[in-house]
Amino acid sequence: MAMSDSLILTTVDQAKHWAQRSSLWPLTFGLACCAIEMMTSTAPRYDLARFGSEVFRGSPRQADLMIVSGRVCRKMVPQVRQLYAQMASPKWVIAMGACASSAGIFDNYAVVQGVDHILPVDVYVPGCPPSPEALIYGIMKIQDKIRRGLPPAAEAVPVAGGASGVS
Amino acid sequence: MSLDAELAASLAALLPGAVEKAEEVRGETVLQVDAASLHAVCRHLRDRGFNYLTDVTAVDTLDLLFPSPARFTLVYHLERIPGGERIRLKAGVSGDEPVADSVSDLWPAAVWGEREVYDLFGIRFHGHPDLRRIMMPDDWEGHPLRKDYPLQGFPGQREV
Repeated sequence: MAMSDSLILTTVDQAKHWAQRSSLWPLTFGLACCAIEMMTSTAPRYDLARFGSEVFRGSPRQADLMIVSGRVCRKMVPQVRQLYAQMASPKWVIAMGACASSAGIFDNYAVVQGVDHILPVDVYVPGCPPSPEALIYGIMKIQDKIRRGLPPAAEAVPVAGGASGVS
Repeated sequence: MSLDAELAASLAALLPGAVEKAEEVRGETVLQVDAASLHAVCRHLRDRGFNYLTDVTAVDTLDLLFPSPARFTLVYHLERIPGGERIRLKAGVSGDEPVADSVSDLWPAAVWGEREVYDLFGIRFHGHPDLRRIMMPDDWEGHPLRKDYPLQGFPGQREV
């Protein structure tokens, strides 16, 4: 009895995870030069559509992946937080490039020193900027995470403002 | 293009002593102006056809090898349309909270430019209609383009 319950649950989970990872929809959201590489990754040469992630949504309500593609300046923090809070759970965050990961060369008063200060980050993609292949690899890492049933960082990493980014 | 002689003479006649120095740098006229007469000089130039204020900015000479007597230098770029002549005005202002007269009544374009100079250098403008910060958050402390502002902000300012 208990065993067949868990068997069904596992199968449903697997089906759900397959659906989730096959249609990760990123938020249309570019901050800097990394956004150029992000756009390129959806274009025919790299064709992110092969991995089910090419539908960039104009509304955070329809997106479940935020690709932070560039440096976040201090004044942008409330806007980034609000966009993140408006996304429906479960949701994932990629810190694309050196600036989103650690502020890169911008060791100064104006730039947030890594977007993980304000958001729970799932995957860090290194590079300045990362090539489209690197970003696609990062997205596949998130798909891998979903396939293995790991929770998004939003549920696992404590950040200021709580898991949804607001409280 | 250099300042034509007639304009220079009219400036000298109308506002004696206002122009401290006139020089030509790479084909463009630069007038060093007494800060107190800055507004009068601007009005005169505006009335003589300099109808386009291209830019308002400032320089903090604190750390420069050859500092000027006044710590801050305000810089105004004017242009005459049609014609395309350009003039650059410079005026020195000093003190921890330096003040200059706003020229936003002459060129509305100065409103944002002077807000930027106020935000980043802490120079206040008398007669400005809306002197708020424009680049930094409203509750920011300090003026980041001052040479004595720490690159990484004041302690605690980096926390988000």
